[in-house]
Amino acid sequence: MEIDKIIEDTAFKLLQLAVVRLPTDVKDAIYKAYKEETSEAGKVQFEAIVKDIELAEKDNTPICQDTGVIIFYVKAGAQAKGLEKIQTALANATRRATKEVPLRPNAVDPFTGKNTGDNTGRYIPFIHWEIVEGDNIEITAFPKGGGSENTCTLGMITPGEGVKGLKKFVIDAVIKAGAMPCPPTVLGVACGGGSDISMKLAKAALLRPLNEPNPNPELAKLENELYEAANSTGIGPMGLGGKFTVLGVKVDYAHRHPASFPVAVAFQCWAARRATARIHLDGKVEYLTHKVS
Amino acid sequence: MAVYRFKTPISEEDVRKLKVNDVLYVTGTIVTARDAAHKKALELFKQGKQLPINLEGAAVFHCGPIVKKEGDKWVVVAAGPTTSTRMDQFEDEFISAFKVRVVIGKGGMGKRTTDAMQKYGAVYGAFTGGAGVLAAKAVKNVKMVEWLQELGMPEALWVFEVEEFGPLSIAIDAHGNNLFEDVKKKAEESRMKIYEKLGA
Repeated sequence: MEIDKIIEDTAFKLLQLAVVRLPTDVKDAIYKAYKEETSEAGKVQFEAIVKDIELAEKDNTPICQDTGVIIFYVKAGAQAKGLEKIQTALANATRRATKEVPLRPNAVDPFTGKNTGDNTGRYIPFIHWEIVEGDNIEITAFPKGGGSENTCTLGMITPGEGVKGLKKFVIDAVIKAGAMPCPPTVLGVACGGGSDISMKLAKAALLRPLNEPNPNPELAKLENELYEAANSTGIGPMGLGGKFTVLGVKVDYAHRHPASFPVAVAFQCWAARRATARIHLDGKVEYLTHKVS
Repeated sequence: MAVYRFKTPISEEDVRKLKVNDVLYVTGTIVTARDAAHKKALELFKQGKQLPINLEGAAVFHCGPIVKKEGDKWVVVAAGPTTSTRMDQFEDEFISAFKVRVVIGKGGMGKRTTDAMQKYGAVYGAFTGGAGVLAAKAVKNVKMVEWLQELGMPEALWVFEVEEFGPLSIAIDAHGNNLFEDVKKKAEESRMKIYEKLGA
């Protein structure tokens, strides 16, 4: 098979897997929280969440009607073949998935209000590129829902406020967001670099599995601290009160300008959807986040 | 926490039995209405005109469903709730005009709606955001759709026949209690303590 066809088929499959089946680490975190939740309303919400996850898998239907704006992360091996064909292949896969999965058409022209109807448009699907060593292509499909996108926030705090200011900013964001982002959420938190860089890192942090602690022990400690703090707001599942406002917190950073301290908080709803596959030089496809029979 | 199963039309007496944190399952008629449908319904009411459907004792659902046509029948694909806050500006008048007993959505509603629910006898049932398949499963039949041409699929007035639609967490009851407001207040109150713990 031609490489562009392999990429398109793989991306289509990734979109379908992402919107229908949550990755195991997310499911495990939800089941664990369901068991440990003590609030009555919170338990009821978890019960509905778990039922919905199971029904979606059984019927091969999207978990949520908001199948998001389509974003891909691509790690392109410098020696891989077909790199010039990836962009077109991903757009084709998105159009096909919109029709066949189906996905809700979510690409709207900001000025005319017109929906393109196929989830493609200017810069959409958006592709985050990274050139890496090697000869394979790793693609992650990341459909991002609107409810949790609307609470994402960026703060340009002062270097004087520093890490203490960062912690405050995160907690303020969680309290302000309340029920809006469909909690329990996953938080991606990043600082430094610049305004765009910290938000990019915060979003990308949402791709890290929930069961893998940060390899940097200092950041792992901070993630844990923010996790405990966010959950002590008591906002709980769907904002109805409870122990679980977040399922996890993931932190990343870049070095910063001496005068700047950007802090970004990216929210992801409980339906923390993502799917990754690696396409080898010989055309073999290996799915990394989902078991595919 | 008690679990209730009501059939529409729901009486004021029944709806006043519900307390926040209770769980409700609705069987019967629920009607979807978002911003545009609320606005249009109230305009008709003010002109003294009839709505295409009698809403007394029914449930109104803040939802823009994905619906597809199979032959001459409409089938619901996904029907999760949308954020209710946007309907806060209409809901008190809507409840008083049409005597709906249950409002279903996500994210909660404010004081105006809470007051109207207490006055006229209605509750707010929170349906889990994102649980679009679970909601669609409870819809047994699409009875009719109104204003589809004018308002489009998400904003139209869809009349669903549902069985055991839920679970709905009662978050605003007909006695002036609002669970979302309580949770928000507690979260606000926790802020300083959390700062302190974080050394911030």
